[in-house]
Amino acid sequence: MPTYLLSVHAGAEQQPAHDQADHDPAAMQAMMRPILDLEEQLAAAGAWVFSGRLTDPGSATVVRGTAADHMITDGPYAESKEHIAGFYVIDAADLDEALDWARRVTDCVGMPIEVRPFAATGRMQDQFS
Amino acid sequence: MTAPVRAALDGTMRAEHGRCLATLVRILGDIDLAEDALAEAAARALERWPRDGIPDRPGAWLTTVARRHALDRLRRETRGRELRDQLAREPTPPTRDAYEDVVEPVDDDQLRMLFTCCHPALSTEAQVALTLRLLTGLPTDRVADAFLVSESAMAQRITRAKRKIRDTHIPFRVPLPNQLADRLQAVLAVIYLSYNAEGRDLRAEAIRLARLVDRLLPDQPEAAGLLALLLLTESRWPARRDASGRVVLLRDQDRHRWDRALIEEGHDLVRACLRRDQPGPYQLQAAIGAVHADAATFEETDWRQILQLYDQLLDMTQSPVVALNRALAVGEVRGPAKALALVEELDLDGYQPFHAARADLLRRLGHGHEAGREYERAAGLANDPAVAAHLDRERHHL
Repeated sequence: MPTYLLSVHAGAEQQPAHDQADHDPAAMQAMMRPILDLEEQLAAAGAWVFSGRLTDPGSATVVRGTAADHMITDGPYAESKEHIAGFYVIDAADLDEALDWARRVTDCVGMPIEVRPFAATGRMQDQFS
Repeated sequence: MTAPVRAALDGTMRAEHGRCLATLVRILGDIDLAEDALAEAAARALERWPRDGIPDRPGAWLTTVARRHALDRLRRETRGRELRDQLAREPTPPTRDAYEDVVEPVDDDQLRMLFTCCHPALSTEAQVALTLRLLTGLPTDRVADAFLVSESAMAQRITRAKRKIRDTHIPFRVPLPNQLADRLQAVLAVIYLSYNAEGRDLRAEAIRLARLVDRLLPDQPEAAGLLALLLLTESRWPARRDASGRVVLLRDQDRHRWDRALIEEGHDLVRACLRRDQPGPYQLQAAIGAVHADAATFEETDWRQILQLYDQLLDMTQSPVVALNRALAVGEVRGPAKALALVEELDLDGYQPFHAARADLLRRLGHGHEAGREYERAAGLANDPAVAAHLDRERHHL
C-alpha cells in the first residue's frame, strides 16, 4: 500500500490554532477535539503511520558543506513566507483515499495540506537488498 | 491485400482505441505498458491479418494479443514481478490457443480511464492532453496542433501526467456517488475545451467523447446537456463561414445550411433534460442553442426566453463571460443602450468577444468613432485570421 506525506502548510502570519489557545486549557481542549477524533479514525483505519507538530521555523538550524568544511547557520533553509507546521505520514490505498484524509485534516487545522507519495520508505538497506 | 488490412486496422484503432486501451490499463495496471502492448498488437495485426483474414471482432483481437504480449514481456522482466502476481490472480489464464482467452474490451473501463485522465490532481492542460491521447487515440502531434503548442511540449505534458498518475497512485475507477457530480465537471470541461480547441479542430473527437459519457452515465443530466450543446453548436457549423471562408454572424446565417439531424437530436436531449428538471450550466447553454435553432429567421428568435435562460445561467455561474452574452440578449430585448450599460460594467478588458460586442453596440448607437477603436482592438486580439478579417471589414463599413 502506498504511503503519503500530508504536510500542513502555514503562512508566516498564520499561527496554528492550538498555539493561540495555549494559555486557555478549556479553549485548547475544544480546539483539539476534532483533530483527536480524526487521529483516532486514522488509527482505527490502519492508516496512521507517524505524525508530528514542528516548533516554529525560527527554531530551525541549517548544516551544510562538506566533510572538510561544515557551516552551521541560523535557519530556516528556505526564505519563504510559508513553512511546514506539522505532518502526517499515512498509508492509503490510492490518491483518492489520501486526498480524503487530507480534506479532513485541513478541515481541522484550517491550513492547506500538501499530499505527496513516498517513492520509498524505511531504511535504504531494506529498500535495496 | 495489405491496403484493405491497413484500412481495417486504422478504422479499428480510430473507433476502438479508447476501449481497447482502457481494458488493457485495467488488466495491466500501467498506462505505458498498455500503450506499448496495444502498439505491438497493431504491428502483429499487419503481419497476421493478411494471412489469416481480418477477425470478426478486431478490437477483441487486438486487446487479446496486446494482453498476451504484455504478459510475455513481464515474464522476461523481473521489474514486473508485482504486476505478474496481480495478473496471475486474473480469472482467465494466459494460454496461447484457448478460445476463451479472448479479452473483450469493456465500456466501463473507458469511463474509469476518463476519470483517471481528468483527475483534479492533474492540471487542466494535462487532463485535456491525456484524455485526447488515451481515449480517442489521437497522435500527439494532432493534440499539439489543436492547442497551439509544439509536439515536444505536448509529449512532455503527457509523459509528466502519466508519471504523476503512476507515482501518486491515482486510481483507475469511477468516483464514489458522493463525488461523481463534482468529478464529472472536470470530464465535461475537458470535452468542452477539446471541442473549442483553437488550432486544428477536434470537434468530431469531442462529440464522440460527449456521446460516450452520456451513454455511460445516463443518470447525469449535465452529460446530456453537454452533448446537446455540442450537437446544437455543430449543427450551425456549415453556416458559420461563406464560400470564401468569411465569417457569417448568426443574424446573417443561411439557416437552411444548419444541420437538421443534429438539431433534432439536440432538441430531444434538451427536452429530456427539461423533464428531469435538474438544470446545470451545460443544459442551460444547450437550451439557449435550442431556442436559436427553433427560429426560422434571426428576427423570429425568442429573445425573451433566451434572456430568461441567461438569467438562470448567470445566477448559477457568476461568470463575466456569461454576463457578456446575457447583455447581448438584453440588447435584443431592450435595445443596445441598455446592453452597452451592462457591458461597460464588465471587467473583461483584453477578451476579444468583449471588445467585439462593445464595438457592435457602439456602432448600433451611432458612436462610429468609438466603435472603430473597439473593432481595431478586437481584431488585434483575434487568434483566428477569419475573425480578425471580419472585424476589420466591420470597421471599414462604419
